[in-house]
Amino acid sequence: MSTTPDSTLTFKDFKTDQQVKWCAGCGDHSILVQLQKVLAGQRTDRDHTVFVSGIGCSSRFPYYMDTYGFHSIHGRAPAIASGVKCANPGLDVWVVTGDGDALSIGGNHFLHAVRRNIGLKIIMFNNRIYGLTKGQYSPTSDFGTRTKSSPAGSIDHPIHPISVAIGAEITFAARAVDTDLEHLQYVLARAAAHQGTAFVEVYQNCTVYNNDCYSWATDRQTKHEHIVYLEHGKPLIFGNNRDKGLRFNGDEPEIVELAKVSPDDLIIHDERTHDPSTAFMLARLTHPEFPEPLGVFRAMEKPVYEDLLMGQLAAARDQQGTGNLQALFRAGETWDVA
Amino acid sequence: MGTATGTDVHSDPPRATPIRELAQAAVRFAGDSGDGMQLAGSQFTATSAMFGNDIATFPDFPAEIRAPMGTLAGVSGFQINFASRRIFTPGDRVDVLVAMNPAALKVNLPDLVEGGVLIVNEDEFTPANLQRAQYDGNPLETDAFRNYQLYKIPVTTQTLGAVRETGLGQRDAGRCKNFYALGVLFWLFERQLEPTIRWINAKFGKAPAVAAANRLALEAGYNFGETTEIFGERFRVRPAQLEPGTYRNITGNQATALGIVTAGELAGKPVFYGSYPITPASEILHELSGMKTFDVRVFQAEDEIAAMCAVVGAAFAGALAVTGTSGPGMALKQEAIGLGVMTELPMLIVNVQRGGPSTGLPTKTEQSDLWQAILGRNGDCPLPVLAAQSPADCFWATIEAARIAVKYMTPVVLLTDGYLAQGSEPWRIPAPAELTPIPIQHATDPLTFKPFQRNEVGARPWAIPGTPNLRHRIGGLEKEDVTGNVCYVPENHQRMTLHRARKIAGIVRDVPDQEVYGEPEGDLLVVSWGGTFGAVRTAVERAREDGQVVSHAHIRWLHPFPQNLGTLLKRFRRILVCELNMGQLEFLLRGNFLVDTLGLHKVQGRPFRVSDIREHLDALLGGQAS
Ligand SMILES: Cc1ncc(C[n+]2csc(CCOP(=O)(O)OP(=O)(O)O)c2C)c(N)n1
Ligand code: SF4
Repeated sequence: MSTTPDSTLTFKDFKTDQQVKWCAGCGDHSILVQLQKVLAGQRTDRDHTVFVSGIGCSSRFPYYMDTYGFHSIHGRAPAIASGVKCANPGLDVWVVTGDGDALSIGGNHFLHAVRRNIGLKIIMFNNRIYGLTKGQYSPTSDFGTRTKSSPAGSIDHPIHPISVAIGAEITFAARAVDTDLEHLQYVLARAAAHQGTAFVEVYQNCTVYNNDCYSWATDRQTKHEHIVYLEHGKPLIFGNNRDKGLRFNGDEPEIVELAKVSPDDLIIHDERTHDPSTAFMLARLTHPEFPEPLGVFRAMEKPVYEDLLMGQLAAARDQQGTGNLQALFRAGETWDVA
Repeated sequence: MGTATGTDVHSDPPRATPIRELAQAAVRFAGDSGDGMQLAGSQFTATSAMFGNDIATFPDFPAEIRAPMGTLAGVSGFQINFASRRIFTPGDRVDVLVAMNPAALKVNLPDLVEGGVLIVNEDEFTPANLQRAQYDGNPLETDAFRNYQLYKIPVTTQTLGAVRETGLGQRDAGRCKNFYALGVLFWLFERQLEPTIRWINAKFGKAPAVAAANRLALEAGYNFGETTEIFGERFRVRPAQLEPGTYRNITGNQATALGIVTAGELAGKPVFYGSYPITPASEILHELSGMKTFDVRVFQAEDEIAAMCAVVGAAFAGALAVTGTSGPGMALKQEAIGLGVMTELPMLIVNVQRGGPSTGLPTKTEQSDLWQAILGRNGDCPLPVLAAQSPADCFWATIEAARIAVKYMTPVVLLTDGYLAQGSEPWRIPAPAELTPIPIQHATDPLTFKPFQRNEVGARPWAIPGTPNLRHRIGGLEKEDVTGNVCYVPENHQRMTLHRARKIAGIVRDVPDQEVYGEPEGDLLVVSWGGTFGAVRTAVERAREDGQVVSHAHIRWLHPFPQNLGTLLKRFRRILVCELNMGQLEFLLRGNFLVDTLGLHKVQGRPFRVSDIREHLDALLGGQAS
């Protein structure tokens, strides 16, 4: 991560002169500001930071962030960002994407960026709808969602983004909610510090086309009944009175009342365990049957693509010396004509 | 066979087989895919090249990796044309055909000239193989070949006998038969065995028995020619007068890969090569993957879309960014190429064309992606397009394309094709110090920097992430002139569209004027582009030698066209456009210059033969000759 000793930067230094054009009340505003605060707090070197996005409301993001930026084409941001990272591994490269952008048209690029463990921080704004194209159902929309393109209810089954990322061997996966500012900052800061691909799913409210789709997770009165915070090494406890927990019943998760079980029976969160199965299970817990986990699902160390790429080049030079065109041209059989 | 330049009887070989001197000869090795014909062909090529002949080769692979053994679908061939004068093509037809099984005989016989030498491996003419090749009965037992010089040689048994002492099993021993056949041809053309023996030793250094067996087979084949009396004559093709220098044999794909690395060095830039495997472009990917002592960062993407997008990203971040692909992959890249045009970043797209549409003819050549290169994107989306004309020219065309890309800040499409990619010719190796550097200018001054401020050639500045205080945002949305801010003002879009179009049109200042071979005006001008150069030039040369009045213009820059092309075309009464498609260049010439054209279109997955063009010229010119 590129940082400068300039500690005078504030989040305002990450704003551009462009007018932010998201709808009033859109969750995107909050995510932008939290990330600006995180970058300022980490004293990020703006000149060595690049934001790459696809297409969608969320993908307007780079215009509002005073770093280098590339607003690209629909679904392709991970591929474009991969090229940026390979060309200059010294840059901090962020990808901003939507649920349609990342998982529908860009699903393939998302999977492959993740499996390579290339140094990209992919922030997916999940509003479970296509915002920019005015409200069609997306790959994360609930089954039965009624939209302009699904007036009788969508017959597509939604995917769980984090379980997809885990299936593709993600080394860092986390989830946050747009209105839980402190926690969102915590998760983004963790992503910023990760080596390799970091994936953050942010539950983002689209006030216009999918308003209140996350009210169960944001309503101050009831949200603690519906979400569970993941903390490394701690048991999974939730509820307004922190009176409920999650434990395994055989292979299946179940909700238990703390009064009735010993805390030792609960699932202890381990973001570093090699076996992805518990993280995968957690990624599939859905409201209203279960509380949905927020926080860091997984944070692993694994060789990073750009290091391996540059390492192979360095190793070849160590062994054979720096490339010489003259020698390359004359490789193989040559002959002279006088 | 080329014009016999005299028959003389030498006494130096032990048995004094008469030697016929030739200006040029074409040989084809043909067999099953597993018979090692590509290897035999490339060894014959290397030896002839080192001997000093001018050469041109044409490998012809089956589309299937392992077609059923012995079948017509599994036949693999390698053709070499070699000469004591300049040649531009692998030859229309062959003077010597080696057929290692019945299927190879059946597929290739139509290309053998009348009276030509036909060498068959008679061991393989078993009932089962004859049936696989769909022969009723054994043609060798008929007089079907009376118009050829047929030599039946038991290559398999001879090879097994020759390599017995190495103790190799039957299977491995049998695999040496390509070297036996090569030995026979080396004898027939008075070639030396040493280069091939050196190659065998290097290649099989770790398997001494295999090396020994291949050597023994090669020598046995040679000695067979020497000691048996079945051949009536040998042939001599003297060295050609090539420009002095050091040469190597090179395929188009190798030349492209070398051109890419060289361009990176000349620009002082890391090379980023993002690609997805596709025939016939994959060798570029393979070659570059092996050049890790240079700063060549190869990214095998998940698909062509990703490859192209990664190239756009790498260009933004300051690399010399290149992708290579073929037709279907080119189709997938188009949206991201449009992004490259919109963001005005330098990058190079190599399209090694193959037969289409769709999957088409993956291993066969065609020139049918010209429209796709020039016109294949949404919006008014101009970019420069050029085409290489020979295998070695792929090197020069690649460097030229890279030079234009960075000078004008634009994606450039380089068209090659399957024929150039896999064919080979001698390449005069340049001294790296003689190559002109590719100047690169990055924006650095925050006081004057404006993302879409244009310079004297209309290019915007290349400001790469990491530069202090040049933070800016680019993207696919229309940008305000100069500032680069997102802008939907109607007049601005028109102005920006015009800027983009003018910039590309202005590249004409770097495009050399079109040259004409032959008279600069008159009755008939033959026009060609890309990989058909050799066949068309040869045909026009021969027509002129025979007294026909015809000129030839081979167009290298397809977009923008050379400045003088329109006037030049109008100086001829008739224009014949020869291309391996249904008239794509014709359409562009008509549209650009309001001239009428005639077309010669071949879409058989094969290059033009010189005779295809000759016959057409004869028809147009009243058939004065041949
Ligand atoms: C190739 C292509 N196909 C379709 C579109 C139209 N399109 C733009 S954004 C979008 C979906 C956006 O949804 P999402 O990614 O969830 O982002 P949001 O707008 O909700 O933030 C679509 C279908 C496009 N721009 N490009
Ligand atoms: S349409 Fe929805 S996602 Fe898009 S800006 Fe408006 S509120 Fe945000």
